[in-house]
Amino acid sequence: MSATHSAIAANEGTWQIPSRGRVGMISLIIAESAIFAIFIAAYIFYIGKSLNGPTPGQILSVPVIATICLLSSSFTMHWAVGALRKGKIASFNVFWLITLVLGAIFLGGTAREWHHLIYEEGFTIQTNLFGTTYYSLVGLHASHVAVGLIGLLTVAVASLMGKVKSEHSERCEVLALYWHFVDSIWVVVFTVVYGLGR
Amino acid sequence: MQVVYEWLGTADHKKIGLMYIVYALLFLVIMGIEAILMRIQLAHPNSTFLSPQVFNRLFTMHGTTGVFFVAMPILFGFANYVVPLMIGARDMAFPRLNAFSFWVTAFGGFLLYASFFTAGGFSQAGGAPDVGWFAYAPLTSPAFSPGHSTDYWTLSLLLAGVGSIAGAANIIATVLGMRCPGMTLGRMPLMAWMSLVMGGLILVTISPLTAAQLMLMVDRYMGGHFFDTAAGGSVVMWMHFFWIFGHPEVYVLIIPCFGFVSEIVPVFARKAMFGYPAMVAASVGIGFVSLGVWAHHMYTVGLPSYGNAFFVLTTMLVAVPTGIKIFNWLATMWGGKIRFATPMLFCTGFLFQFLVAGLTGIMLATAPFDWQLGNSYFVVAHFHYVIVGGILFTIFAAFYYWFPKVSGRMMNETLGKWHFWIFLIGFHLTFDPMHIPGLLGMPRRVYTYEAGRGWDTANMISSVGAIFQVVGILIFVYNLLSSFFVGPESGNDPWDAWTLEWATTSPPPEYNFATIPEVKSRRPLWDIKHPEDPDWKYE
Repeated sequence: MSATHSAIAANEGTWQIPSRGRVGMISLIIAESAIFAIFIAAYIFYIGKSLNGPTPGQILSVPVIATICLLSSSFTMHWAVGALRKGKIASFNVFWLITLVLGAIFLGGTAREWHHLIYEEGFTIQTNLFGTTYYSLVGLHASHVAVGLIGLLTVAVASLMGKVKSEHSERCEVLALYWHFVDSIWVVVFTVVYGLGR
Repeated sequence: MQVVYEWLGTADHKKIGLMYIVYALLFLVIMGIEAILMRIQLAHPNSTFLSPQVFNRLFTMHGTTGVFFVAMPILFGFANYVVPLMIGARDMAFPRLNAFSFWVTAFGGFLLYASFFTAGGFSQAGGAPDVGWFAYAPLTSPAFSPGHSTDYWTLSLLLAGVGSIAGAANIIATVLGMRCPGMTLGRMPLMAWMSLVMGGLILVTISPLTAAQLMLMVDRYMGGHFFDTAAGGSVVMWMHFFWIFGHPEVYVLIIPCFGFVSEIVPVFARKAMFGYPAMVAASVGIGFVSLGVWAHHMYTVGLPSYGNAFFVLTTMLVAVPTGIKIFNWLATMWGGKIRFATPMLFCTGFLFQFLVAGLTGIMLATAPFDWQLGNSYFVVAHFHYVIVGGILFTIFAAFYYWFPKVSGRMMNETLGKWHFWIFLIGFHLTFDPMHIPGLLGMPRRVYTYEAGRGWDTANMISSVGAIFQVVGILIFVYNLLSSFFVGPESGNDPWDAWTLEWATTSPPPEYNFATIPEVKSRRPLWDIKHPEDPDWKYE
């Protein structure tokens, strides 16, 4: 490639391409959004089409606290990554762990809600169309929260062992992208299930 | 042992690409055998060669295998092998994810074929899926599909889907994030552009299929009601979800083939690609338009008239960017010093056949025409014109074009020409007459038919054509194997080409390039060969 040596100087320092980690994660988020879009479309299409009860209005209660926890975890995540970029490992740890706890509270909330519905209301995925679409959509989201929590936990353990430094901030940002996606998709799921559908 | 481990444990994009291709060739042979069995059955009226049940299993497996375990992996294979080399990268963006994608897809294919060895015995095609490749509800419900044959279909496609989505994310990250200095988006080889479009389409089309498969699993295993009409569910919803995947899937398959043609035609016409920006815009345009055409597979279900009008118009809109592409390729050939080597022959065949496929596509896009001919052999002829006449022809072109890079040896030109002509004759013998029984009312997927309906002769000719195709494929496989061991050495750049994969050795070393190249134009290798008159002076 000898003929291209002169070109190296011309391009040096100016050649910038997107980070592959971020592009990969955004691609994954697009694919996941398409999966959610199909489940949400099915949910909306089947609102009010169940042939037997119960209806959403009779048994669903709005999970206010869990929702507040999940949405605020996006802010703590944002602050955690910001702290890591500046090299403030201690405050990174604090914010990261708060994010983890808030996410866990959300998942616990879903678990409690399901336990109530299944064992006290006798409402399952087989009961009617509402049950099928409700458990599938909320379960799909909850499984994404669970995957996010595993990621968060992995970083938390590494960080408590002192292995996370500011040069890892880009990787944490990529994970943060996923977490923000899980949060924002909840806004849609929440609106559809507890707003539109009730 | 060392060699086996080297391949099984590899994360090198070239080895993974080759594994994809070899795997897909294996399944190409299997799906070909399935096709031949069906053609033997259909050669005569009232034939009893296959039972109806076995026939159902065969067309289901033939279609599913062809789309998911031949076309997809072979295109992933070429993208894997060629794209990093073309953009001056040392590997894909995520090498280990790449290996994961391959093995998950591969396992999906083996799982699908494990169904042959379950209930029923091999002579009954075991417990292979028999619901057709689009598996309409409620045929897939536990009541109509007892046993596990449908589960093999669902699970294997779920696995292949995960592999494809991960592979697509990897291709996108590679094309956007691994380019060598100077390789701007406007200078990228068209093959890299088409791979990018293919990746983007996979993200938004395979995912809906994955979602629909998950719903089907919920119905079958957890007693859900997504597609259960007895509980108020809708079977038409499955059709929507399937075709939201199914139609853009055709573009997932053909767009990388457009990439092959756009690389091969300029090299063999000895001219730079005509209308590069229009080509890129047309491909991206096809990608977007293809997302809004799916219900043209559902005219016969009964859409509202504004629905029909919408999908007729969007489907016909696809013809515009497609026409731009055909004009660009023709304009590239126009006035060029064309060398009709085997890759160029296959590309020329593609141009003609793809045009015909597009014309029958426009006929079928017209709702009233489709009401007559939907689900007839006319449709079968149309999509085989796309998939064999379009996609498979360019895949053969790509084999002959990049084989020297992969092996360091040339494929035999004489055998290549025999392969081309025999396969071309076989293709036209099989699929041209197939339009006629379709027009005369022969429905697809029937295991046999009565004599005296005017379908006999055309079906006989189709079956004879299939034999020609088999001979063509056998010549190809023989050529592939013998050239690999005893073909003449090719050197690094046998075609006098202009993209970066030809700048390194054949076969390329594990790290691809000793020094990462620098690019200043769309034809970096031209610039190196012609320092007195480089392209970048004019760009």
